[in-house]
Amino acid sequence: MALPVESTLSPTAGDAVAAAEMPRSVRRGGSIATISGIGFLVIAVAIPLLFKNFLVFQFTQMLVYAIAILGLNLLTGFNGQFSLGHSAFYALGAYTAAILMDQYSVSYIWTLPAAGIVCFVAGFLFGLPALRLEGVYLALATFALAVATPQILKLSPLEHWTGGVQGIVIIKPDAPPGVPLNQDQWLYYFTLAVGLVLYVAARNLVKSRSGRALMAIRDNPIAARSMGVNLALYKSLAFGTSALYTGIAGALGAIVVQFVAPDSFTIVLSIAFLVGLVVGGVGWLPGAIFGGAFVLFVPNIAEGVSKGLSGAVYGVILILLIYLMPTGAAGLVRAVLSRVSR
Amino acid sequence: MELFWQQVLAGIATGAIYACMALAVVMIYQAIDHLNFAQGEMAMFSTFIAFQLMLWGIPYWGAFLITLVVSFIGGVLIDRVIFRPIHDAPILSHVVVFIALLAILNSSAGFIWDFTVKSFPSPFGSAPLFGSSLISAHQAGMIGVTLLLLVFLFVFFRYTRVGLSMRAAAANPASARLVGVRVGWMVALGWGMAAAIGAIAGILIAPVVFLEPNMMISILLYGFAGAVLGGLTSPAGAVLGGFMVGVVENLAGTFIPVIGGELKLPIALMLIVAVLVFKPSGLMGRTVVQRV
Amino acid sequence: MTTLLDVRGLVAGYGGIPALHGVDFSLEEGGVTTLLGANGAGKTTTLRALCGMIRARGEANFAGKRLIGMQTEDIVRLGIAHVPEGRGTFTRMSVEENLQLGAMSRRNGADIKQDIERVYEHFPRLRQRRMQQAGTLSGGEQQMLAIGRALMLRPRLMLLDEPSFGLAPLVVREMFDILAGLNRNEKVSMLLVEQNASLALSLADTAYLLETGRIVTSGPSAQIREDEGVRRSYLGY
Repeated sequence: MALPVESTLSPTAGDAVAAAEMPRSVRRGGSIATISGIGFLVIAVAIPLLFKNFLVFQFTQMLVYAIAILGLNLLTGFNGQFSLGHSAFYALGAYTAAILMDQYSVSYIWTLPAAGIVCFVAGFLFGLPALRLEGVYLALATFALAVATPQILKLSPLEHWTGGVQGIVIIKPDAPPGVPLNQDQWLYYFTLAVGLVLYVAARNLVKSRSGRALMAIRDNPIAARSMGVNLALYKSLAFGTSALYTGIAGALGAIVVQFVAPDSFTIVLSIAFLVGLVVGGVGWLPGAIFGGAFVLFVPNIAEGVSKGLSGAVYGVILILLIYLMPTGAAGLVRAVLSRVSR
Repeated sequence: MELFWQQVLAGIATGAIYACMALAVVMIYQAIDHLNFAQGEMAMFSTFIAFQLMLWGIPYWGAFLITLVVSFIGGVLIDRVIFRPIHDAPILSHVVVFIALLAILNSSAGFIWDFTVKSFPSPFGSAPLFGSSLISAHQAGMIGVTLLLLVFLFVFFRYTRVGLSMRAAAANPASARLVGVRVGWMVALGWGMAAAIGAIAGILIAPVVFLEPNMMISILLYGFAGAVLGGLTSPAGAVLGGFMVGVVENLAGTFIPVIGGELKLPIALMLIVAVLVFKPSGLMGRTVVQRV
Repeated sequence: MTTLLDVRGLVAGYGGIPALHGVDFSLEEGGVTTLLGANGAGKTTTLRALCGMIRARGEANFAGKRLIGMQTEDIVRLGIAHVPEGRGTFTRMSVEENLQLGAMSRRNGADIKQDIERVYEHFPRLRQRRMQQAGTLSGGEQQMLAIGRALMLRPRLMLLDEPSFGLAPLVVREMFDILAGLNRNEKVSMLLVEQNASLALSLADTAYLLETGRIVTSGPSAQIREDEGVRRSYLGY
C-alpha cells in the first residue's frame, strides 16, 4: 500500500526533513502498510460471506465508486488537472457496456476493456483542447461536459442506441459454471479483482518515470518543461488514463446496477466523485476506498437522521470531516503513522 | 428580423441577471482566488428571506434593504465562521466545503419554505417598456440595476482606499500584510459584498423564473460562464460576459433547431469553452505577465 | 544612543523544524545593523519572525513593545517596514498604486501625496513609470519600488532582506548609496540581511554573523572587516 509518508503529495519543508529521516520509519511504516494491506484484503474477501445480498450489492457499488475516484485521483491528485466532468466518462463507460451487452450480446467481461478503450480515447481527445485551460477554466469546461452528458443521452437521434429517457436494462450475469456463488457475491468478487488489478497498475504508474513526470507537471509545469517533459503528451495521456479508469468503473456500475439511464449520470455524480477524492485524500491512492465508502453510505445516513433536512445533514457532516481532516483520510493516516513511528 | 432583435434584447435582459451573478462571483474570486460554488444558493436563500419579510407585511423596498444588510452580514459570517478555520487547507478541500454549504442552504430552504413554486413581485412591474414590444419594464429595470452596480464597483475598486486594499489583499496577501492591510477583514468584506450582490440578483430574477429552492442552479452556471468569459479579473468583463451568455443562450435556443430547452445550457457553456481555448484568460482578462 | 530593537533568545522555524536556535542582537536608533551569513543560516527567518510572518518564541522588543505574538498588520503600524525577499511587489498594480499601498496604514491624504513625490525624487526612474504595471519593471526598478513602498510608511525601522539579490553590480551600488543617504538624512534605522558581505559591511555600522541559526560573531563592521580569521571562515574572502 502506498504510504503517505513517502510523499506523493507536494513536498513541504517538513516533508523534506521527514524524508531525510526516512530509513527507520519507512521500514516500520512499510511493515504497517503491508499489514494493513493484508488486513484490508482479508476483510474485503470476507464481506460477501458475512453480509446479506443487499449489503454485498452496496459494497460492490462502493468498490465501483472507489475505482472511479482512483481514476480522478490520477488526473487531479497526481497531475493537477481539475475535473468536474468525470460523470461523463463514467456514463460513457456505462453506456458502452450496456449497448454491447444489450444489442450485441457481448459477454460482460469484454465490456470492461471495451469501455476502457473508448473512454481512454474520449479522455485523450478531451484532454487536447483542454491543454490550454488552467484551474477554474478547466473546471468550467469539464463542468460543461458533465452538464451536457445527460442531455446528449436524451437526444432523439441517438435514441435507437441509448434508449432515450428510459435507458437500457441489462441482465445481471451469473457466476461462471462450477463457482458456488450467487450473482451478487460473484459480482462483488469480480469487481474486487478488477479493482485490485487497477490499483496495482495505478501504483506502478505513479512510481514510474511517467508518474514522476505527471507529478512534476503538477508541481511546476515550467520546470518540468525545461527538463524535457512533453507537457501536451503527458497531460492528454493523463486525461485518457483517468477516463479509462472511470470508464471501467462506469461499465462495472452498469453491470452491477443492471440499468443505465441519462439521469443517473448528472453533475451530482461528478461532484460526488470530487467529494470522495478529497475525503479519501488527494494524491493518495488508497484513499479511493474511503472516498467510495463516504459517497455511498453517508447520504443514506444523512437521510436516516432527517428526511427533510438530509442535504443539510450531509453538508454538516462533510464540513465537520474537512475540519477534522483537512487533507482527507490521507492526512489522518499520515498523522497517526508519524506518531507511531516516532 | 424583429424576432432576432427581440431575442437579442431578451438575451440582454436575462444576461443582466447572469451579469449580476457574474459580478458576485468575480468579487469573491478576487478576494479568495477561487469560485464560490454556493453563490447561487446564497442568493436564493436571500431572496427567500425577502419573501418572508414581505409575508410578514414589510413593504418591498424595506424588505429589499433589510435583505441586503442581512445578506452582507451573512456573507461575512460564512467567511469568518466556516472558512477561516480551514484557510490553510488545500484548494480542493475548500471546494468541498463550498459544496457542503450549497447542500445545507438548498436543503434548509426547501425545509423551511418547501419546494412549491412561489411568485415574487417586481418593483418595475411587468408592463412592456414604454409600450414597446421588444422589452418589458422589468427587463429594462434588470439591465439598469446591473449597470448601476457595475459603475459602483468600478468606482469602489479604482478610486477608494478600501477598494485598493481589497485588491492588494487578493493579489498578494503576504505583501498586503506588510503594508498594514488587514487581509482577513478584506476577505470578509469581499464575501459580504458578494452576498449582497447575489441577493440583488436573486430578488431581480425571482419575478421571472419564480421562487423555489432550485431556481439559481442554472443561473449560477451561466454566471460562472459569464465571469470566466469576461476573464475573472475584471468586473466589467464579468458584466460583459454575463450579457453575452444571455444573448448566446437565447439566440441558440431560438435559431438552432436541435437545441430544445435542455441543451441550451451545455451549448452555451461549450461555446464559452471554445472561446477560452482561443483566449485562455477570457475576453477582458489581463494576461498576467510573469517573469520566469 | 537608544536601543531601538532588542532581540534575546529568538527561536523560530518552519513546520516544527527550528531554523533559529536562540538568536541575540540589538540595533541602535539611527544605526544600520547587518545580519550576515550563508544560505540557510536563518537570516530571512529572523526578519520573518520579527514581522510576525512565522511563529516565534523569545524576546523581541521594539521601542518598548513586545513584537513576539503580535500580528504583522499591527507590527507594521509600530513603524517597521519590511522589504521582503523577492521584493513582494504588487505586480498587477501600477507603480503609483504600489506606493499608495505602502501608506495604507496612514490617514493624512496630503502627507501621503507629498511622500509619494519624495519617493519619486529619490527614484526618478519610478516617476517615469508611475502608471506602468509593476510586474513589467526590471529587477533593479522593482527593488527601488520596494524600498519606496517601505518609505511610504515613514518607518522608524526598515528591514531589508537581500536587496542586492539578482541585481547587476552597478544597480546595487546605486541602491546602497541611496540607502546610505536615507539612513543619514531621513534618519531611518535599518536592519540589513545580506549574503554580499563586503557590500553590507560598507553600509552597516554593526554586524552579526549567523550560522545555522546561531550568532557566532558580532561587532562593529570595521572590526569584522579587518578580522582575517572571520573573513576567511565566514565571509569567504
